[in-house]
Amino acid sequence: MKIKLDRTKCDGFGACAKWAPETFDLDEWGYVSLTHSGNVPPEQEDGVRRALLDCPVHAITELHTVVEDAAGVR
Amino acid sequence: MSLATDAPATATVAAYPGVEGRLLRAGGREDLAAYRATGGYAAVEDLERLLDEVDEAGVRGRGGAAFPIARKIRTVRDGRGVPVAVANGEEGEPASVKDRWLLRTRPHLVLDGLRLAALMVAADEVHVYVSDPEAAASVTAAVQELRGAGVWDAEVGVTVVEPTYVAGEETAAVQAIDGGPALPTDKPPRPFEEGVKGRPTLINNVETLANLPLVQRLGATGYRELGTVASTGTFLLTLSGCASTGLYEVPFGVTLTEVLTWLGEDPAQVDGVLMGGYFAGVLGRHVLDASLEYDAIKALHSGLGCGAVAVLSSGTCAVEVSAAVMAYFARENAGQCGSCFNGTAAMSAVLEALRDHRAEADDVERLTNWSVKLRGRGACGTLDGATNVAAAVLREFPEAVSTHLDGTCATCAPVEGRPLARAPFAVAVPAA
Repeated sequence: MKIKLDRTKCDGFGACAKWAPETFDLDEWGYVSLTHSGNVPPEQEDGVRRALLDCPVHAITELHTVVEDAAGVR
Repeated sequence: MSLATDAPATATVAAYPGVEGRLLRAGGREDLAAYRATGGYAAVEDLERLLDEVDEAGVRGRGGAAFPIARKIRTVRDGRGVPVAVANGEEGEPASVKDRWLLRTRPHLVLDGLRLAALMVAADEVHVYVSDPEAAASVTAAVQELRGAGVWDAEVGVTVVEPTYVAGEETAAVQAIDGGPALPTDKPPRPFEEGVKGRPTLINNVETLANLPLVQRLGATGYRELGTVASTGTFLLTLSGCASTGLYEVPFGVTLTEVLTWLGEDPAQVDGVLMGGYFAGVLGRHVLDASLEYDAIKALHSGLGCGAVAVLSSGTCAVEVSAAVMAYFARENAGQCGSCFNGTAAMSAVLEALRDHRAEADDVERLTNWSVKLRGRGACGTLDGATNVAAAVLREFPEAVSTHLDGTCATCAPVEGRPLARAPFAVAVPAA
């Protein structure tokens, strides 16, 4: 699972760090940054999915792998 | 240099001995005929060969990141979709004037560089992105001159935005060209992957682009005759904080002592500098004998950045300078990322209290922690610049920090509570 965090959207609700503290690190004002590049370790996926659903401002999105077929169509 | 004044310092323009025929030019704004008389807009026989020359010349980005331009060109060229090329002339940095000077005075050198960049990535769309009205007028007139001249038939879009510190960030440029606000966006994606209209986008600082016609004319070997092995050619140095405030073209690898001596300044009167515009923070006197090149300045835990250097003369307090720059960041950040608008405000409050002898050891400890922990927590580089400013003054001027804690800074004690300069070391763009 690969995710993207948009810190310009984060309003500091902190739901993400509640469900997946190993992935989402809050500063002292409650604003989040990722602890890694966005590649979520398998054992953290459940918590990250819950965080994704619970974020009130949709600052977290899942990135889906692009698969190109032989004709170059995505 | 009094930090109480906010009037931008006037500036002169000159090239270092041995530097001629590159970026600076006397004689007012250069029109199409004058530029072509120097060999400008020369036909490209072999694009791949030109790209190899740019690679061998070792041209690095002049906007602050110093990234090798040939690698960036290849990445964009090989990306998914038809590329877009953008010349970034939005110079939000108050202590730098080089980009505005280039666009106002040598618009065709920049446009020729944009032409070569667009050809090398096979872009079918090109833009110039600016905020300075005079630069916008100059480049728009240059684009008009090109129409029907038969040297470059691309339709060049000119996007003009309000000048702000954050508008020069490349994702802000992409968003503005796409019709949105000139504010940075979070990464990924980076513009080289998905930029203007979602297409791979080559965004280069205008000084970087101005170097491409030089490589075409001089070849890699000729280009490398000035500069060092890893920082090749010349760069535009905006010097401020002294009587010789101005825009100077110097070869990479000269020392500040050499530059100041050339200009008739006394290096013995220099206590340090504010390096890389507002981005890299202060450096002590030891910078005077450092080679002005990317790696040597990085080794000092600082950065040459956009090439702006403000001299801290005797009687200028590094704590006050850092407090003024931090206040600027607290005021001028994009107001988007919580870590940035809270972090810059918190660091600014501590530095202003320190300047006024009101801070205590605990405050300095909190500043130290923020300077480490807030790094990398913003969508753009503003918060990193702010953490650099905090870390640099703590690292480079521990004695000044101590005298501010015990209330004995001879420079600042008489001016406690005085408003901080809103844009310290701001420089006015020299006349064309």
